[in-house]
Amino acid sequence: MNAIIPIDVLIIGGGPAGLAAALAAKAAGADDILILERENELGGILRQCIHTGFGLHIFKEELTGPEYAARYISDVQAQNIPAQCDTMVIDITSDRLVTCVSAAHGLQQFQAGAIVLAMGCRERPRGALGIPGARCSGIYSAGTAQRFVNLEGYLPGRRVVILGSGDIGLIMARRLTFAGIKVEAVVELMPYSSGLKRNIVQCLDDFGIPLMLSHTVTAIHGKGRLTGVTISKVDADLKPIPGSELHLPCDTLLLSVGLIPENELSRNAGVDLDATTGGPVVDNRLQTSVPGIFACGNVLHVHDLVDHVSVEAAEAGRQAALAAASRHQDEPESAVTVRAGDGVRGIVPQRINSEALTTAPVKLMFRPSSVCRNAVLVVEADGVPVHRVKKRVLTPGEMVELSIKPDFFAAVKPVRELCISCENQ
Amino acid sequence: MYDIVIIGGGVIGCAIARELKRWQLKVALCERSDDVGAGASKANSAIIHPGHSAKPGTAMARLNVIGNQLYDQLCQELDIPFQRCGSLTVAFDEEELPALQSVYQDGLANGVPDMRLIDRDELLRREPNLNPESVAALFAPTGGIVCPYELTVGLAENAAINGADVFLNAKVTQVKRNAGNWTVCTGRGDFDCAVVVNAAGLYADIFNNQVSTDTMRIIPRRGEYWMIDKSFDGAFHSTIFQLPGKMGKGVLVSPTVDGAIIVGPNAEDIDDRDDTATTRAGLEYVYQAASRIWPALPRRALITNFAGNRAHLVRHDFVLGEAPDAPGFFNAAGIESPGLTAAPAIARELSAAIAKHLHASANAEFQPCRPPVRRFRTMTMAERAAAIAENPTYGRIICRCEQVTEAEIRDCIRRPVGARSVDAVKRRTRAGMGRCQGGFCMPRVVAILSEELGISPLQVTKNGGNSTILTAKLEELSRERKAEA
Repeated sequence: MNAIIPIDVLIIGGGPAGLAAALAAKAAGADDILILERENELGGILRQCIHTGFGLHIFKEELTGPEYAARYISDVQAQNIPAQCDTMVIDITSDRLVTCVSAAHGLQQFQAGAIVLAMGCRERPRGALGIPGARCSGIYSAGTAQRFVNLEGYLPGRRVVILGSGDIGLIMARRLTFAGIKVEAVVELMPYSSGLKRNIVQCLDDFGIPLMLSHTVTAIHGKGRLTGVTISKVDADLKPIPGSELHLPCDTLLLSVGLIPENELSRNAGVDLDATTGGPVVDNRLQTSVPGIFACGNVLHVHDLVDHVSVEAAEAGRQAALAAASRHQDEPESAVTVRAGDGVRGIVPQRINSEALTTAPVKLMFRPSSVCRNAVLVVEADGVPVHRVKKRVLTPGEMVELSIKPDFFAAVKPVRELCISCENQ
Repeated sequence: MYDIVIIGGGVIGCAIARELKRWQLKVALCERSDDVGAGASKANSAIIHPGHSAKPGTAMARLNVIGNQLYDQLCQELDIPFQRCGSLTVAFDEEELPALQSVYQDGLANGVPDMRLIDRDELLRREPNLNPESVAALFAPTGGIVCPYELTVGLAENAAINGADVFLNAKVTQVKRNAGNWTVCTGRGDFDCAVVVNAAGLYADIFNNQVSTDTMRIIPRRGEYWMIDKSFDGAFHSTIFQLPGKMGKGVLVSPTVDGAIIVGPNAEDIDDRDDTATTRAGLEYVYQAASRIWPALPRRALITNFAGNRAHLVRHDFVLGEAPDAPGFFNAAGIESPGLTAAPAIARELSAAIAKHLHASANAEFQPCRPPVRRFRTMTMAERAAAIAENPTYGRIICRCEQVTEAEIRDCIRRPVGARSVDAVKRRTRAGMGRCQGGFCMPRVVAILSEELGISPLQVTKNGGNSTILTAKLEELSRERKAEA
């Protein structure tokens, strides 16, 4: 085995999060940076997202996924930040020893000063939904189908039903329609879509593809290849209503039913995970429960927009560079716990340094538990309401950003807990 | 002309093919699917039973106990994951104690070694996640777990290495008497032979009834299962059986050799032998029944479900040996649980009977071992470094959930009786069996299969037949649609 290689900042994943983190780490003074990427090229999932809509916030223009990625990749190259592709990390320890394998370099081990977790997320598979039925071919997660079509140039079927109205499913409805495939319907369990409003309009409505809310697939038919699915209406408890069954003939079922942050490596490293977000518990510097290990992007929590990933990842990269430079282990500091109150779920970060809270604004990101009109977000410090902000409409499909400003705490400064809740007015 | 044609490439047919090669005999095996082990052998509890649950005096009881003892050597020779994790048959209340005692007595009568009754304290010490209301259990240390499809593949591969001809996609349509011999008609031609072995599983009655007046009727009995995510590895150390009766009829919770947990099965008699679709009601029943063993069984941990059909006979015993009115036609029929456990014993006995029937002499060149399968996920770091240095494709991980490398996937396709479909690769290597269920690796496996088999990705299937993965090249469909317009 080769000798252990020391490195200042090691970035796990060369997608949008990893790329932005690497650039920010470099800008913050880190010199010895390496990006590890399992694909043959940098760019992550953006490589197969050939539709537009990326970059509106950061570049103020509408780019495709590959174009958005290319801007960061060329910056990374211009900064001479090395990236090793076709390399899979297989282990991370709590003392930041990272083991990876590749055909080109064999088994390598790196001792990192700081690590940025930027592994992204994966799609929830059929099994996790427990849809009963046949185990025929023709059932794919939407992203797998997207890869087949956009990267490999093959079509997964001719007549498609999409279960779940997540953004990838919506985008694929349009993409497959462009390719000449009949998309019968998008079937959504919830009474609302988890996708972005603009995607429902531009990907379904514009093409007359029905969005069937409060419906789900209750059976899968076919020996060999899929021949059809049974869909049923669901009641308020999301249980299928007997007698509402409808048979839809199709040869392909795409699943767009949720994304799961990819945290098996984080768990190996002893990083505490948040059961709601599926990602690591982090503080306002995006540091996980393990000192020197930072997290950003979809491995931390699933984002709606890549622009937000880039912003978050830049902060993680900057903090990782500072941590690697200081080379000292963090002492446990006084931290305020952030709690999701009624109507709110999955707040990131989960801890805030009490000093930070009173010196500069801290950005919280979360989702409402359900669609909320004329909502009021309430900030409480140790049980005392300190700030209220009105929002016209909040939906679980669009992440909410809330800036927590020092002036909220003129009267009451939290010591233990900051709670965010959402009230219907 | 073959000495023997075996109908069916399940664990029984493959085990018989391998055993028959211990004699100087020309053996063919016909399997209707594109892979061996594609029926009940791939979809069962994967348990090596100790032998206390079969009725004393039956072939099931006798061959269960003998088969169990043959497993260590067999799995060593074929390099198949096998663990003697022991089994616990649990009484969940005082009322079940007489039934527990009765299982113990049956075990003694069947010759199951080393069993003992354990009390609640020891039971909960062994299995902290077990229902705390449990009162006692029968511990059988000979209970084990195995990978049943890898075993079937290993048996077929080893049979092939020793000269057996394995014909896939060779569905048998008819067995005919032919001047003192037999003709087995298949989709890949007719084979003449002196002996037919009927190891057709769910279809065994059809072939038996074609040649014998001693008819039988196989009832497909479907069993549904849930698989639990690997993050619950270690939740149970032994296989946990419930006593028959009340609600927990046959539903077990067991670790698997791959560090997952399996729960199931239910039992439902159905009409269609090939209907392995799972049902909402069946899966819910399995979940509820398993919750009796494991009250904290989390729904979110269920990563996939599947069903398998057992070949049930009303008489509920194995039918083994020559049909009374069809000399040279040997049955291995009605093989349901504990059929996997009994398979090596069934194969040994039946092969000995056939060899005697044919006056065969021993094959001194029989090679019992197959070349070991190098599994990246079980290698030490040093072994991994060495493997990649020797063959760089061990450094390219195709299935990230199960850590399966390109080298392993290519190897499983190139071996005798190699993988021909995505599911066949999955069964041999575990690529696609993890928590993402192939979302990441499937396109990569399709590409490797296409390359290795020299076929277009459009021809790659999930599991043979019309189970295609892709239907057209992007530009082809666009052209078609333009032409239509």
